[in-house]
Amino acid sequence: MPIATRALAALAAAAALALPFSVQAAPDDRPVRVWAAACAACHGTDGHAQAGMTSLAGRNADELYTLLIEFKRDVRPATVMHQHAKGYTDEELQRLAQWFAAQAKR
Amino acid sequence: MSTIDRRGFIRSAGGLALALGAGVGVGACATPVGRAAPGRVVVIGGGFGGATAAKYLKKWEPRLEVTLVERNQNFVSCPISNLVLAGVKRIEDITLAYDGLARYGVRLVRDEAVAIDVDKREVRLAKGDPLPWDRLVVAPGIDFLYEQIPGLNNADARQQVLHAWKAGAQTVALRKRLEELPDGGVFAISIPKAPYRCPPGPYERASVVAHYFKQHKPRSKVLILDGNPEITSKKALFLQAWEERYKGIIEYRPDSVLQDFDVRANVGKFEFESVRAELFNVIPPQRSGLIASPFANVGGRWAGVDFRSFESTAVPGVHLIGDAIATAPGMPKSGFMANNHAKVAADAVIASLTGLEPNPTPIIANTCYSFVSDRDVVHVASIHKFDTQENTLLPVKGAGGLSAVANDLEGKYALAWARNIWADALT
Ligand SMILES: Cc1cc2nc3c(=O)[nH]c(=O)nc-3n(C[C@H](O)[C@H](O)[C@H](O)COP(=O)(O)OP(=O)(O)OC[C@H]3O[C@@H](n4cnc5c(N)ncnc54)[C@H](O)[C@@H]3O)c2cc1C
Repeated sequence: MPIATRALAALAAAAALALPFSVQAAPDDRPVRVWAAACAACHGTDGHAQAGMTSLAGRNADELYTLLIEFKRDVRPATVMHQHAKGYTDEELQRLAQWFAAQAKR
Repeated sequence: MSTIDRRGFIRSAGGLALALGAGVGVGACATPVGRAAPGRVVVIGGGFGGATAAKYLKKWEPRLEVTLVERNQNFVSCPISNLVLAGVKRIEDITLAYDGLARYGVRLVRDEAVAIDVDKREVRLAKGDPLPWDRLVVAPGIDFLYEQIPGLNNADARQQVLHAWKAGAQTVALRKRLEELPDGGVFAISIPKAPYRCPPGPYERASVVAHYFKQHKPRSKVLILDGNPEITSKKALFLQAWEERYKGIIEYRPDSVLQDFDVRANVGKFEFESVRAELFNVIPPQRSGLIASPFANVGGRWAGVDFRSFESTAVPGVHLIGDAIATAPGMPKSGFMANNHAKVAADAVIASLTGLEPNPTPIIANTCYSFVSDRDVVHVASIHKFDTQENTLLPVKGAGGLSAVANDLEGKYALAWARNIWADALT
């Protein structure tokens, strides 16, 4: 097998291992991948944060969704997340939570 | 003319060419695995926008050939650079290498893009061979309109009167002059009319320099000469911080558009007054980086884009991101925004080269942190959603907002944000 094809096959295999939510598997989940990428400016690429910020990758989807909804409804105090969470519909928050949950933990 | 389907090879990061069979057209192949490179993308400018775009293009579509053209050796961050002026951070703390992008297979070309040929679809370089592209991403940041300040419109004057609005040598030089300033000397900051890079940036600069003066030069003052009718961002929060912390140190004058400058006398000329200061920091009026000129179709200064894809409204196949664009309503020129533009653009470029539909509903966000001292910070945040009626990205009503008051917890978050966005762009 040519080197490039082998590398691509390895990539495809890695993608197949990910959870069913994984956007790599379904091209029509691309929108949520791009929304989630906005979060990366603070929470790191794919939710793998640098020191001093919370990682989101591989966390439980329900837990993340609950947090986001609590921020959005001003139940949970925050410096800025209550302002961000209000920018998204509940459904969008759910898809974001699922997307981050589907990212491999490091 | 070079088209995608005439190309039959992928060039790997190491320059190795692999034959994969010519004649595979875009969208002609049912399986995404094992077909030829779907296209060549050139990205001009490795700042907050361009570096992020290059990384995400390769991360999301490893088969693309992505070349990043950057004139500077290192990435020097404007965010946190005001803390270098204040002596709180060092230039090393905000200087980062480009090495990390190689891991994704981004080819880095250290050169100056001198012209874009939109007919031939190639970028001409100062030193190297022209770079052909199937899609082009232009992210050159800003250039300055010195012609609006005749006394500064020559190279000598510009060495003497610093902007420090592109981080790097100017940041270090301005810090040195602040150190050399005698106690009692006045530091004047001239702010251009909006739109300019980083709306709260000049007020942050005034605040942290005032903090430095308070510690080290208690008789010195900061004079803000604002070309705008009022503070353009986080007004109440800055005013509160100045009242509580820097009373008698910071003086603010609105409606002060710098019209000319006398370098020898160190005098700025405004409509109703001339102002002398021991140290002048002139932030000149701005436009898109010069290389973006063919696309600067908004007021001759900024590049108009379609906010679903950041594709130029002047030339198809070219995407513009970052400070160079004519921003959507309520959207600041920030590193955060440039980073977010980059991802929407990367997705759109990939879609166009692989025959997918563009994302119909981009949502991007912004948080700008400003230091008001060495540790206390205020923020402004906004979320921007594509509105199909208005055909632009609009701030979501009821979302976003400001800090209640300057606080040190957000000081920690501001530094953590910087670490994260640097890593997100470069590693
Ligand atoms: C003092 C200060 C503080 C700031 N603080 C913040 C902050 O806290 N948060 C925030 O979000 N934003 C902040 N900003 C704003 C932020 O720096 C900019 O919005 C951001 O840099 C814009 O990104 P960009 O990619 O458009 O441009 P840049 O980051 O400037 O990148 C442009 C790159 O293109 C290169 N380039 C240009 N032309 C060519 C060419 N012809 N050939 C080759 N290379 C070329 C340049 O060398 C540069 O590396 C601040 C700005 C300043 C000045």
